[in-house]
Amino acid sequence: MKQVVRYLPLLLLAIAWELAARFELVSTTALPPLSDVIRAWIDLLKDGDLVSNGLSSLYRAFAGLGLAILVGATLGIVMAWWKPANVLLSPLVEMFYPLPKSALIPVTVIWLGYGDGSKILLIFLGCMLPVTIGAFNGARSSEQALVWSARSMGANRLRMLWDVVVPSAMPEMLNGVRTALALSFILLVSSELIVAQKGFGYLIGSLGANGSYDAMYAVVLTVAFLGFAADRIYLVITKRTLAWRE
Amino acid sequence: MAAVRDASAVMAAPAQIVVDGVSHLYRPPRGRAVLALERVSLEVQNREFIALLGPSGCGKSTLLYLIGGFLPAETGAIRVDGNPVAGPGPDRGIVFQHFALFPWKTVRGNILYGLERQGMPREEREKRALDFIELVGLSGFEDSFPSQLSGGMRQRCAIARTLAFDPKILLMDEPFGALDAQTRGLMQSELLRIWQRTPKTVIFVTHDVQEAVYLADRVAVMSARPGRIKTIVDTKFDKTDPHVHKAKAFVEKVDELWDLVKDEALKAQGVRAP
Repeated sequence: MKQVVRYLPLLLLAIAWELAARFELVSTTALPPLSDVIRAWIDLLKDGDLVSNGLSSLYRAFAGLGLAILVGATLGIVMAWWKPANVLLSPLVEMFYPLPKSALIPVTVIWLGYGDGSKILLIFLGCMLPVTIGAFNGARSSEQALVWSARSMGANRLRMLWDVVVPSAMPEMLNGVRTALALSFILLVSSELIVAQKGFGYLIGSLGANGSYDAMYAVVLTVAFLGFAADRIYLVITKRTLAWRE
Repeated sequence: MAAVRDASAVMAAPAQIVVDGVSHLYRPPRGRAVLALERVSLEVQNREFIALLGPSGCGKSTLLYLIGGFLPAETGAIRVDGNPVAGPGPDRGIVFQHFALFPWKTVRGNILYGLERQGMPREEREKRALDFIELVGLSGFEDSFPSQLSGGMRQRCAIARTLAFDPKILLMDEPFGALDAQTRGLMQSELLRIWQRTPKTVIFVTHDVQEAVYLADRVAVMSARPGRIKTIVDTKFDKTDPHVHKAKAFVEKVDELWDLVKDEALKAQGVRAP
């Protein structure tokens, strides 16, 4: 019940949208009525466009994000615990971090073409550093006494890294992953809008170009909902993983 | 003279822990290096309970970390059972003031960790973990996380974790310093009870004079800046006597040690002794 009340403003917004469009307070080209958008969404679902484009988008997002988490976390922990890696890599991280990753869209296309590869690479590059920085800060904050305890119980350095430093880094690293998750959706859709033959971004772009604005809105809303759902699911997973923190 | 020295060498059991002329320079990330320990020598016998007593900043914890192998001994030598200490090892278990439990592991998981690292077979280690949970009175809390336990329970879990993998030497770094007075008193007698059941060599760092006298067979009083061992006092009392705290000899021993420590505490505060 509380949840329903919490999302009440969303319902009010939907009603306002429908009414504004129905009574033509705004141009229906700019804002088709919500009911039309929903009808268009059902059509898109029926003819399979939404599903096929959606699957290819999700594949790109999760492949890129998965790689970013794997490489980013490893890099952050190695940088925190091995000085040469830190000396070598931290200037690169500092330089690359503020770069707007969408600037790399044309670059990744030149390298890997119009297909999945360039999108995955872009998302990987864009999502890696928040994870790296989270893992780095988390690993650096691991308590000396925990490290020593593990060592005195017979853990060698590598074992200690895995058993103490990685879990110590987990809370901050998971925060970085959350940022990366949001970034992955942004980069996915923007790269597909610019150069792609498939995907949510491509669908939004081509529907808009054809003037099927109700269908275009339907895809935009789908992406918004998926982004929101992914974040919620992620929060639940995080909460479970960090249950020990109370 | 030489003959006498030889005779005493033969008679005394070889010390289990030998600290021989150890100095240690503490180098903070910023600022000047501080001489934390200066030419400290100490011998600890097998199954002896010795306390390192002194004001904060006297280097008593540093000495403990050196024996633990967590810090490298740069000058002088530390030997355990005749072997130079080259790093941490499961022959020397440690208990820290702030427990240092793995917060992401349950009570059971924490205690199992050392046993896993020792390669104990699963069934055996599960049973041993439960035995030690019972020994420290944590039955019923096997699956609780440290964050769900009180300070006293956390420290009992930490003690169980260290005892479970059966180190010959127990290094304790102000283990009851973070507990309230009532809990501290209970934990002290509990430690003695456990120690009598599973006798080990214990090096116990504290700044609490009464605690040192009550628990230890000998108390090494340390001086501050640079840290040195000022004197070593025998403090053997009947630990099974519940009223030992009130015995005249005990009270006098506490007073004697108080006087020794007071000067050092004043010095550590930058006050010149009157």
